[in-house]
Amino acid sequence: MLELKNVTAGYGHFTALWDVSLRVDAGEAVAVVGPNGAGKTTLLRVISGLIAPRSGEIAFDGKGIGGRPAYEIVGRGIAHVPEGRRIFPALSVADNLKMGAFLPAARRRYAESLARVYALFPVLAERQKQRAGSLSGGEQQMLAIGRALMSRPRLILLDEPSMGLAPVMVLRLFDLIRRVREEGYTILVVEQNVRQVLKLVDRAYLLEVGRIKMEGRAEALSDQDFVRKAYVGL
Amino acid sequence: MAARVLGVVVLAALLVGPFVPLGVMREYTIHVLVQIFIWSFIGGAWSLMGRFGLTSLGHGAFLGVGAYTTTLLWNFFGLTPWLGGFVAMALTAVLAVIVAYPCSRFQVVGHYFGLVTLAVGEVIRLLIIAERDWTGGSLGLTLKPAGGDSLLALQFADKRVFYYGALVLWLAGLWVWWRVDRSMARSAMEAIGEDETAAASVGIHVTRFKVGITVLSAVLTAIGGIAYAQYISYVNPDTLAGIGVSLRIVFAVVLGGMYSMLGPTVGTALTIALSEYLRVLFGVKFIGMAETIYGLLLILFIIFLPAGIYGTARQLLRRRRPAPVAA
Amino acid sequence: MIDPLFLAEAAINGLLLGGVLALLALGLNLIFGVIDIVWIAYVDLVMICMYAVYFLVQVYGWPIWVGGLASVALGAVLGVGVHLLIISPILTSAPVNQLLATGGLLFFLQSFATFLWTTDHRSVRLTLPRLELFDMPISVARLVAFALSILVMLGLYLFLTRTYIGTAIRAVSQDREAMALMGANPQRVYLVTSAVGGAMAGVAAALLIIQYAVHPFFGAAFGPITFMICVLGGLGNMVGAFVASFVMSEVIAISGVIWSTEMGYVIAFVVFIVMIFVRPGGILTRRG
Repeated sequence: MLELKNVTAGYGHFTALWDVSLRVDAGEAVAVVGPNGAGKTTLLRVISGLIAPRSGEIAFDGKGIGGRPAYEIVGRGIAHVPEGRRIFPALSVADNLKMGAFLPAARRRYAESLARVYALFPVLAERQKQRAGSLSGGEQQMLAIGRALMSRPRLILLDEPSMGLAPVMVLRLFDLIRRVREEGYTILVVEQNVRQVLKLVDRAYLLEVGRIKMEGRAEALSDQDFVRKAYVGL
Repeated sequence: MAARVLGVVVLAALLVGPFVPLGVMREYTIHVLVQIFIWSFIGGAWSLMGRFGLTSLGHGAFLGVGAYTTTLLWNFFGLTPWLGGFVAMALTAVLAVIVAYPCSRFQVVGHYFGLVTLAVGEVIRLLIIAERDWTGGSLGLTLKPAGGDSLLALQFADKRVFYYGALVLWLAGLWVWWRVDRSMARSAMEAIGEDETAAASVGIHVTRFKVGITVLSAVLTAIGGIAYAQYISYVNPDTLAGIGVSLRIVFAVVLGGMYSMLGPTVGTALTIALSEYLRVLFGVKFIGMAETIYGLLLILFIIFLPAGIYGTARQLLRRRRPAPVAA
Repeated sequence: MIDPLFLAEAAINGLLLGGVLALLALGLNLIFGVIDIVWIAYVDLVMICMYAVYFLVQVYGWPIWVGGLASVALGAVLGVGVHLLIISPILTSAPVNQLLATGGLLFFLQSFATFLWTTDHRSVRLTLPRLELFDMPISVARLVAFALSILVMLGLYLFLTRTYIGTAIRAVSQDREAMALMGANPQRVYLVTSAVGGAMAGVAAALLIIQYAVHPFFGAAFGPITFMICVLGGLGNMVGAFVASFVMSEVIAISGVIWSTEMGYVIAFVVFIVMIFVRPGGILTRRG
């Protein structure tokens, strides 16, 4: 479904990704792990169109999307849940979800999508009218994911969903992500919490200083070596 | 080396210029050059703030406070501008602190800072107009003549005195710029410009530097305003306060190049030359056309040459010389 | 002592003026909140629209309400034009360049207007009934202007909170990038915002021309007070701008009757400076 070939990207004079190639097939859940500063967030931003790749190809459903603007890429079926949630703090929960369905195609199926999101995340239904900025970290993360679902994507990019959440919340969150995955969405998740995320996904890549260093099936990678590398990069 | 030789040649030319017989053109040339010197000095003063991201759109306030203070003290109390200048500098410094302190403490930067300074500049203009009983309001105020040449009153019949005075002023401004450029203040301000929190965390007293550089810029601007008022012998709230003059100063500096010593001078020379050309071209017919074209050129320039003349020239030169291949 | 009746009359006039000033402040704030750029030439756009109403109504004899609608339409068109021609190309430039660009527009508009229409003051003469409230003469024009400005602000509020694009505009002002991830083309949102901001300038123009004469330097009179209001209310803060408009207009009106109109501005300035020290984030922010 998604294929990156030799993608190089960065900011200004700084290059964050070097020659990165990876693949996500339909229905899969794939993780990209790595230490801080590895370029994981840049990777997702290049896929969702927030930054343009310097070289290489990015193809979604066989069609190139590298360099297309973000609002167009969303329209093709990729939703990006950014690092730090980035929900609209002064809007209500309901308005946040409404914004998620901005695309015309998504707006047509608005009621249906909303029902699905509220079924997955009942707490959001409870707090519909509440100001999004006053939600707890975990609730905001759920809102961010729900908002992404409103655009009716086929591929969901998750950037460090567990960041800043208490361990209990992290477990609940990964459970919810598992349920989202079961609904049929393809998932590419970037995470620091290697142990938890390996329980969730089929395959994983290790990204270190902008390059893919390792890849494999989740079960095969759940050994000490890989986990240590992912955290410390040794 | 070549640059230094050129500099000496230009300086020599400027020094002997007023004595070269050019007939009637000489008076006019001296007049234009005096303006260029004074406004370049003022532009340089502005750039001390501008190069660090403190975009003031209200420098007219400092010009106005400076010029009106000395003029009023001279006209009403006979106080020589030499002493009146100190009062003016003090008042300007106070105004600068009033503006800079809260903005700096609460991190009012960028557009917001520009707007605050804009409002201050405009209000000074309105204040001058409001107190028309003693400031002359929109009609302005003429400097009480001291009769002939008077060093005490800083009035001279012979324009050439002003010429040399303005030349010295301009050179002094360049020297101040050079000193600031080499000082700790410059590194501190650049650090502040990059990341205020980081700068504060290494012990840079952010507020002190910001307020300090604002006061310096303001006081120098006031001096420039006083110089201009003494030369023209007339002050007016629209030429020495308000948004019009403030924008012109900024435009000249950005045009010439905000980050170089001679940038403000180059920009000022060009804008004054442009103004004069348009004024002569349109004369008294088509009132407003000269300004219209000025505004239009300003817009076009900002859109197409954002780095200013200096910056654009440097970019072009860099492209000619192939950059060394990165390791 | 000042006759309390004069004070009351001044207070009412201040209130009525505050309504229109609020329109100006809100328009400016809306654009800044979403696009992050201050249109220094905003009040000069109002000036152009005022001339339009003058020509349509006073010279060509159209009814005032048609002139008003034309002004709104013109304002919206000008807003879009300014964004496309001037703002869009410099969205990523340094703030000083952005400020200079709209500053250049200010020069251009003021001098072009001088060139086209000279510095003569033009007014629209409407025959309106005299109104008296408790022995105080109230200008009907001012009353109507106030009522309409309140209606427009209400409309703006409903637009921003109840419509899809309005909510999207609010969302963009909170997080531009996140909104792009929702599929919203930022350029389109900016254009709508510029159109709305320009339309508000058009409304303000129609309401102002029935109270004041227009001339090329109208912006010089109303500009500074608008900027002060925006800073006072906290740039980008719509509610703050609304409150600050009335605070400023009352200060000017009441000081104006106690001392003089210009002194009113001076007092407003002092209030402004004090407020910057006390609440630099704007009247409605919390301390510190």
